[in-house]
Amino acid sequence: MTPNLHLCLIPLLPLAGAAINGLLGKRFSRQTVSAIALGFCGAAFAMAVWVAAQFSALNIPHVETLATWIRAGGFQADFAFYLDQLSLVMLLVVTGVGFLIHIYSVGYMWEEGGFYRFFAYLNLFMFFMLTLVLASNYLLMFIGWEGVGLASYLLIGFWFTKDSAAAAGKKAFIVNRIGDFGFLIALFLMIQHFGSLNFGQVFLNVAQRGVESGTGLLTSIGLLLMVGAAGKSAQLPLYVWLPDAMEGPTPVSALIHAATMVTAGVYMVSRSHAIFERAPLAMMVVAIVGTLTALFAATIGVCQTDIKKVLAYSTISQLGYMFMACGVGAFSMGIFHLMTHAFFKGLLFLAAGSVIHAVGGEQDMRKMGGLRTKIPWTFWTMTAATFAIAGFPPFAGFFSKDAILFQAFTSPYGSWVYWAIGVFTAFLTSFYMFRQWFLTFFGEYRGEEHSNHADDARTGVPAPHKHIHESPTVMLVPLVILAVLSVCGGWVGSVRFDNFLSPALHSGSPVMENAAATREEPGVSEGLLTSISIVAAFGGLGLAWFLYQRRPELPQKIARALNGFYEAVLHKYYVDELYAILFVKPLIDGSTKLLWQGIDRDVIDATLDNSADGAQHVSDAARHMQSGNIRSYAGWVAAGAAAVIAYMVWVGAR
Amino acid sequence: MVPLSYYLVLGGILFACGVTGFLIKRNIITIFMSIELMLNGVNLSFVAFAAEWHALSGQVFVFFVMVVAAAEAAVGLAVIIAVFRTRETLNVDQVNLLKL
Repeated sequence: MTPNLHLCLIPLLPLAGAAINGLLGKRFSRQTVSAIALGFCGAAFAMAVWVAAQFSALNIPHVETLATWIRAGGFQADFAFYLDQLSLVMLLVVTGVGFLIHIYSVGYMWEEGGFYRFFAYLNLFMFFMLTLVLASNYLLMFIGWEGVGLASYLLIGFWFTKDSAAAAGKKAFIVNRIGDFGFLIALFLMIQHFGSLNFGQVFLNVAQRGVESGTGLLTSIGLLLMVGAAGKSAQLPLYVWLPDAMEGPTPVSALIHAATMVTAGVYMVSRSHAIFERAPLAMMVVAIVGTLTALFAATIGVCQTDIKKVLAYSTISQLGYMFMACGVGAFSMGIFHLMTHAFFKGLLFLAAGSVIHAVGGEQDMRKMGGLRTKIPWTFWTMTAATFAIAGFPPFAGFFSKDAILFQAFTSPYGSWVYWAIGVFTAFLTSFYMFRQWFLTFFGEYRGEEHSNHADDARTGVPAPHKHIHESPTVMLVPLVILAVLSVCGGWVGSVRFDNFLSPALHSGSPVMENAAATREEPGVSEGLLTSISIVAAFGGLGLAWFLYQRRPELPQKIARALNGFYEAVLHKYYVDELYAILFVKPLIDGSTKLLWQGIDRDVIDATLDNSADGAQHVSDAARHMQSGNIRSYAGWVAAGAAAVIAYMVWVGAR
Repeated sequence: MVPLSYYLVLGGILFACGVTGFLIKRNIITIFMSIELMLNGVNLSFVAFAAEWHALSGQVFVFFVMVVAAAEAAVGLAVIIAVFRTRETLNVDQVNLLKL
C-alpha cells in the first residue's frame, strides 16, 4: 500500500491563490495580494519538495485518482495524477522556478496597476502547468495544456490597453490553436485505436506493437503530437508567436515563455517516448525540426537589438536543442537541458528585467552600455547565466548541451549532420549572448538620462527614480538563487540524470535496446566532441569581444557588406510577412470579401432585407384599401359580392 | 301570370339602384334610403320565390326583414339627427372624426 500523497493539492493550492486574488484581490493591499500569491505558490513548492523527499519510498509510477471525470462506454478518463521520475523533475522545476519568479514579480510589478490581476493570472498559470505535468491521462494533460495557453494569453496581453500587447496575446493564442488541432487529432486516434487516454493503458498498447518501418498509426500519432508540441514550444513553423509574446511583463516572459510553459512540448514528447521510439520517421521529423529551429532562431538572434527579443530567439533555439535530443532518442537529455535551461533562461529574463528596470524601460541594447558598475548584482548574475547558456564548463548549460550534442552524434537515430549544426548553433548562441553581454554591460552608456520607470511609460505613473539604480532586494534574491543554480545545476551530470530518469523514459523499445546492446564504439571519443563544443563557445565569446569591444565599428561594415542577407535576418527572414501573405491575408480577404460581403451581406442579409421590403411594399399597397371612407368600403363589399355571384354563375353555368 | 324572372329582374334593378345610390351619394339620408331600396329589392325576390314555390317561409322572412329595417331606421335616424345637431352637416365625407 503506497501512502496517499494528496498530489491533487499541488495544483489546487495555486488555484486557490488565483481564486482569492482574482475574486477579492481588488480590495486587498499590495502586501496582502503578494502574501497570498507567494503563500500558495510557496506551499505548492514545499509540497513538491516533500513529495520528492518521499519519492524513494513510492511504487513508481505512483497514480492517485481524485475523482471520476468521464466514463462513457469503455472509455474512461479520471481526475488522476501520475507521479514518476519525469513528472517529479518537471514538478520541482515548475514550482521552484515559478516560486522564485513570483518573488521577483513582487518587486518588478510593485508600481503597476492591476497588481492583484497579475498575481491571480500567475497563480492560475501555475495551476494549469502543474495539472499538465501531473496529469495521468492525455485528456487532463490537454486541459492543462489549454489552460497554460489561456494564462499565457492573459499575461501577454496584461497591458491590454497597448494595441501591440493585445495583438501579441491573440497571435500567441491563435498560433497555438493550430498546434492544438494536431494534438487533438492525435488524442482522437488514440481513443479510436487504444480505447483509452490513460498513460498506463496507452503505453501498454503501444508496447505490443512493433517498430514501424514506414508510416503507420504510431507515426501518425507521433507526428500529430509533434504538431502540438511545435505550437506550444515554438518550433518551426509555428514559432512566430514567441518573439511577440515579449510584449508581456518580463517576469511572464521568464516564467511562461522561457522556463516552463514553452517546455511543455518537450515534456509531452518525452512523456510519449514509447510512441516515438516505435516510429522512426516521427523521430526523424522531431530531430530535423529541432535542429533547424535551433539554427534558424540562433541566426535571427544575432541581429536583434531588443534585449528581450534576443532572449526570445535564444529560447526558441534552445528548445530546438531539446527537440533535437528527443528526436535522436535522448529524451532524458532533452529533459536535462529543459531543467538547466529553466534555470539560466529564467535568470536571463529576470536579469534582463532588472536591466530594463534600471534604465527606465529601455529595451534597446544600443542605448545601454557600461552598466557593469552601476548594477553589479544584475551584472554578475547575468554573467553566470550568459556563461551557462553559451556552454562554458562548469556552468549548467555546458553539461546538458554537451550531452545533447554527444547523443546527436552517437545515438542510433543521430547523425553527424545534427551534431555539426548543433555545434555551429552553439557557436552562434555564444556569440549573440556575449554580444548582448558586451552591449549591455561594457563600453560607455549610450542612452540619455531617463526619467521614466520601467513600465511607467505604459501606465503613465510618474516615476520616482531618476537614475540608473540597482533593483530592490526582493528582485535580487531570486536572481542570486537562480545564478547559483545556473552554475551548479549541471553538476549532477548527464549520466546520473539519465540513470534517474531511465525507469520513466525507457519503454523497452526494440530499436533502442538493440542499439544499446550492439552499440559500436563511436568513431570519436566524447572528449574530442566536448572539446569542439568548448572551442565553439570560446569562439563565440572571442568573436563577440572582437566585434563589440575591440572594433565596435566593424559590425556595421559587415552588415553593409552583407546587405541583402543582413536585411533578411534583421527582418527575421520575413517569416511574419510570408505568413501574412500566405495565411493571414487570404483568411482576412476570404472572410471579408467572400464570407462577410459575399455570403453574409449579399445572400443572407439580402434575402431578409428583400423579403422585408417586399412585405412592406405589398402592405403599403394594401394599406390604401383601408381609406376610412365608408363608400369605398361599400364599393369593396359590392365588388366582392359581385365577384362571388359571378363565380356562382360561372359554376352554375358549367 | 307574371313569370318569376320579371320579379327577379325588378328586384335586381332595385338592388342595383340601391348599391349605386349608396356608393355615389354623399347625403346620409339618401344613403339611408338606398339601403332601404336594397332591402326591398331583396324582399321582392323573397316574396316572388315564396309565391312561385308556395313556400311560406319566404314571406315570413320578409316580415323579419321589414321589422329589422324599421328598427334600423329608428336607430339610424336618431343617430343622423344627433350627428346633424353637433356637426351641422349631412355630408358623410365630413363626418370623419375617427379617420386617421
